[in-house]
Amino acid sequence: MSETNKQLYGYLVEFDNVDGLVNAAEKVRDAGYSDWDCHSPFPIHGMDDAMGIKPTVIPWIVLCAGITGCTAALAMQWWMNAIDYPTIISGKPFFSLPANIPIIFELTVLFSALTAVGSLFALNGLPQLYHPLFTVEKFARATDDRFFLVIEASDPRFDLEKTRQLLESCNGLSVEKVED
Amino acid sequence: MSLHDPAQLMDERRRLEGLGLSVTRYGGAIGLIGLVLACLMGFIQENGMDRFFFVYLTNFIFFLSISLGALCFTGIQHVTRAGWSIVVRRLMELLAANVVLMAILFIPIIFGLHSLYHWTHAEAVAHDPILQHKAPYLNTAFFLFRAVIFFAVWIGLALFFLRKSTEQDESGDYKISIRLEKVSSWGLFLYAMTTTYASFDWLMSLDPHWYSTIYGVYFFAGSAVALFATLSALCIGLQKSGRLTRAITTEHYHDLGKFLFAFTIFWAYIAFSQYMLYWYANKPETTGWILRRQTAPMLWVSLSLIFCHFFLPFFGLLSRHIKRNKSLLFFWAIWMLVMHWVDIYWLVMPEYVHQYGEIGAAPFGLMDIFCLIGFGGLYAAGFAMWARGRSLIPMKDPRLAESLTFENA
Repeated sequence: MSETNKQLYGYLVEFDNVDGLVNAAEKVRDAGYSDWDCHSPFPIHGMDDAMGIKPTVIPWIVLCAGITGCTAALAMQWWMNAIDYPTIISGKPFFSLPANIPIIFELTVLFSALTAVGSLFALNGLPQLYHPLFTVEKFARATDDRFFLVIEASDPRFDLEKTRQLLESCNGLSVEKVED
Repeated sequence: MSLHDPAQLMDERRRLEGLGLSVTRYGGAIGLIGLVLACLMGFIQENGMDRFFFVYLTNFIFFLSISLGALCFTGIQHVTRAGWSIVVRRLMELLAANVVLMAILFIPIIFGLHSLYHWTHAEAVAHDPILQHKAPYLNTAFFLFRAVIFFAVWIGLALFFLRKSTEQDESGDYKISIRLEKVSSWGLFLYAMTTTYASFDWLMSLDPHWYSTIYGVYFFAGSAVALFATLSALCIGLQKSGRLTRAITTEHYHDLGKFLFAFTIFWAYIAFSQYMLYWYANKPETTGWILRRQTAPMLWVSLSLIFCHFFLPFFGLLSRHIKRNKSLLFFWAIWMLVMHWVDIYWLVMPEYVHQYGEIGAAPFGLMDIFCLIGFGGLYAAGFAMWARGRSLIPMKDPRLAESLTFENA
């Protein structure tokens, strides 16, 4: 591929310890960037705060899904047992709540669980088979023993000089351009 | 502010000190007065002693269930090598050690067997083939023998947990943790067997014709709710008094809240599982027990359990923000304790109404209040006595540092 086809993706800074990454994240957060991310081999406590990540909306989505599952199960059983195909089962009324509760419980859990997984994938843009960072060879160590912070060129505050200076002030091992 | 190093715990107030002494003194005094007043009311009223023993049993089981929940979860922390819970584990050990007090408070029940348990009446058994069939199990001598075994197992385990853990406060020997883990593994098995049969003996046999195989699990679910409600409220109370202020953090409350929430659901799951089978089968020998709780006045107690022991706390405790807010968690902890008391009342008192034919309102009065205060005072005094001279935190537990810095991801 020729040089001219390449597009700037962003700046990548590498650290060999957790504290370096957390401090850098705080700096980038305070500088007001929005399109940036951190990569580490394991979850880091306090990272959400350091990056200024807002609480996720997934709980609310899951709550709605749970309520939907609950009412769907109840409506389905009412329609099937009392309207569409009324059958007397062990002398109970056609529509009897105790018999319906296990299905209500199951569908509530099923809808909630599938929605939780589904919305997690959707909100994170997964599955994603390719990422510009894969062009950086040493980035493979993000799953082993290195910590990375990347600021994307799409960020409105991104500036070739200022962003570079900001990242260099973080005392990482190296700062480099990522092109794709 | 959380602590990052166990050494920082040295600045923390981590003993009951003077507070313990006054709780022992006043709690003990109030406790004795409460129980004596309740008993006196029983003496004065006609057939009041029958009523007294049912009220006594309700409150006895209520407080016993807190200790049994604590015993179980102390063991579970050991076998799972739990790290997060170390800062609250000593409090569980102290609550569990109160089974010694409960063993003493079991003695009055022995004198009330005739009031409580229909199967102790020889003339009733003589005319009842079902009771005759069950007599090899349901007879006074074997009943008392089993009670001795139950208390022996519980006291043995609870005191072992507390003694070994206190010993580690001095030596810091990690081998103690390994030994606790080993004993817990078979200890939990013994716990499950004894608790199941204790609930069969003391609660289920109030109606000796009725049976439910899930009854022990139902009782266990209630004990777990009782423990996590008590523990949350206790931690908040201790922090209010200036103790363990930095050792116990929002993260620990969050986990206690999760357990309280989970066991509230588990309780409802088990309660419904039991109900649905009897509802579906609709057999006369098993529906009587349900019917007594499904007709007025007990109907209202049953409905209050469905709504206030499940639906309201389910939505109340659902959000993480509530579990992480001390005031709200305290509110729900007290709420669940009250509802757990109602749950035990619901297990015991309909059988009193059934046996002694009291109709009208659900039986509740001054005697119940005196008895509850009595047990509460003695239970608090017992807790303070076990805490005497002990740190409220396992000071040299190998996992203490992990617990102090614990965070919910």
